[in-house]
Amino acid sequence: MTTASEKTANTPLLEVRDAVKVYGGGFLSGGRRVHALREVSLSLDATPARITAVAGESGSGKSTLAGAVLGFVQLDAGHVLFEGQDVAAMSRNQRFNYRRSVQAIFQDPYAVFNPFFHTDHLFNLVMRRFGIAKGRKAARARIVEALETVGLRSDDVLGKHPHQLSGGQRQRIMIARACMMAPKLIVADEPVSMVDASLRSTILDIMLRLRDDNNISFLYITHDLSTAYQICDDIHIFYQGAQVESGPVDAVLGNAKHPYTQLLIASIPEPDPTRGWGTQLPPDDENNDRDIINGCPFYPRCPKRMEQCVAHLPARVSLDDTGHQVACHLFVK
Amino acid sequence: MSNRTTAAAVCEVRNLTVHYDVSATPVVAANEVSFDVYEGETLGLVGESGCGKSTTAMAMLRLLQTPGRVAGGSVNIAGVDIMRLRPAALRDFRWRNIALIPQGAMNALNPVMRIEKQLADAIAAHADTGGRQALRARIGELLEMVGLPADVRRLYPHELSGGMKQRVCVAMAVALNPPLVIADEPTSALDVVVQRLVAQSLIRIKETLGIAMVLIGHDMGLMAQLTDRVAVMYAGRIMEIAPTDILFKAPLHPYTQQLIDSVPSIRVKKPLRVFPGGPPDLRNLPPGCPFEPRCPKAITICRGETPALKACGEKQYAACHVPNTNRNNI
Ligand SMILES: Nc1ncnc2c1ncn2[C@@H]1O[C@H](COP(=O)(O)OP(=O)(O)O)[C@@H](O)[C@H]1O
Ligand SMILES: [Mg+2]
Repeated sequence: MTTASEKTANTPLLEVRDAVKVYGGGFLSGGRRVHALREVSLSLDATPARITAVAGESGSGKSTLAGAVLGFVQLDAGHVLFEGQDVAAMSRNQRFNYRRSVQAIFQDPYAVFNPFFHTDHLFNLVMRRFGIAKGRKAARARIVEALETVGLRSDDVLGKHPHQLSGGQRQRIMIARACMMAPKLIVADEPVSMVDASLRSTILDIMLRLRDDNNISFLYITHDLSTAYQICDDIHIFYQGAQVESGPVDAVLGNAKHPYTQLLIASIPEPDPTRGWGTQLPPDDENNDRDIINGCPFYPRCPKRMEQCVAHLPARVSLDDTGHQVACHLFVK
Repeated sequence: MSNRTTAAAVCEVRNLTVHYDVSATPVVAANEVSFDVYEGETLGLVGESGCGKSTTAMAMLRLLQTPGRVAGGSVNIAGVDIMRLRPAALRDFRWRNIALIPQGAMNALNPVMRIEKQLADAIAAHADTGGRQALRARIGELLEMVGLPADVRRLYPHELSGGMKQRVCVAMAVALNPPLVIADEPTSALDVVVQRLVAQSLIRIKETLGIAMVLIGHDMGLMAQLTDRVAVMYAGRIMEIAPTDILFKAPLHPYTQQLIDSVPSIRVKKPLRVFPGGPPDLRNLPPGCPFEPRCPKAITICRGETPALKACGEKQYAACHVPNTNRNNI
């Protein structure tokens, strides 16, 4: 028998169980309730490290999920477990360990920098808080090492104010700071959505190296299926808070089953004029979108909708033994 | 440009040069930019951020604000050089002959004004509206054309989705039937499905009205899907112009090649190609080709001499000393 806090060899690194989050519904939001997470469940294995994508358009709930994992967002129901331990019920020590083991990188790193301090300050703060290195020399060595992991030379970035750095340098400094803690998981919320192509490949490449060389897992939050396809092992497709399709990235994107996943893939503009979008437009129901409370949220736009789709949210169905799952009434037997 | 049998040019941009006077040495954000826009075509203007796309667009309408100024060149539309128009004539000319959907336009709609009033003001500012009835009817037509329901006219911007707001901006731009519309990153802030809807309705409107369009963007995927020809810009210069099918099949400029290669695919897994470096400082351009520091094919001459844009095959132009020659797959 194992107690709840004891982890076994196959305890997942991170587990989200039936997470529910509803925003609004109160006086201030004019009574409109937004279902940001509808019974979302996912699990990341501890080893080997993997990159798991949570992909969806704006309003799909992916940042809410990231917030719940990082402890910024309180769930209305469900649980987040880190190494088998419920994040909402951790002891002081467990919480300290969790805060160190789970790091975050964001879309706009500028917001994290304090314009009045040198970049060194950022590193020193976490060093002190988590007692990472003893003494100035050891601390310095640790910073230099972390910067090298992300391809930065310490002379180029230390002792500088944030405005003296390029966007790419700032983004990489944030990754270096996260690495310095030797985390087990990094939550990366749209880390490449505002950057140019060359910086995008640099950052994605760093993520791959951290996975393979440093055994760091990633929860990669993105609206971009193509970068997810290139670097991820697993993917979860979200639509308005519902997890419509999940599984290994090759299965989900190479053999998409949910009509929404199919629509997303078909809408990606490929850099090849002979692979056209075609003239078949997706149903233009932008004007009729409504918040479906119990049914499938994709109902108003779904080209294959059926009567039962409004009535209740379809359960996830396993399509094979690879972990490829879809939540769509077309596949409910 | 001898063997061109196709449409006539609706707009000729020649040696357009724009400076931002921000310090002793100006930022040269557009550098001797020349291109034509042909009747009815969609011309893509593509490049990384900061390469001067928006600057070129604003200069073409003479909408630059200080510290920006046109330091040289001409923009001919319907036989008129827009750079030579007096302010009063310019106001009449703009919107009737060339209209712009500015970058981020949908977020610049007036939040406290109903859509109908915003459209009416935009029309009235540039044309004799012919009475309230005619104006109302025209607004109805425009909304229908961009695929918005009629009751949108009574709504405020915050009541519309991003895609709907962008359609309102499109309606404003085509309100006076200009022969040329410039759309600056019209779908960049939108989700991929909505992006496709808005982009395809933009092309449909363009075709219905028979107008030409300059579509500015940074995404080579969108360029491949939406344009007839593409002009690739880097550090304020046009590096290559070619018909879209040729540009994607056999790009001449190493920079064009890199832009295409750096789009992540959803079909084939490729090793991530990391292209080192970023665009140069426009205040302090290296002599020679601005792409030389990042170019995998650069040779000695590239560092000393700036290559001019020259014809390298039918309808294809490149500014490069060492253009790709691997063209046997055409
Ligand atoms: N108002 C301004 N003052 C000074 N420099 C500017 C201004 N606007 C743009 N620039 C500079 O001009 C260059 C081109 O910018 P822009 O035309 O916006 O490029 P793009 O649209 O291709 O992103 C950039 O280096 C930018 O920093
Ligand atoms: Mg721009």
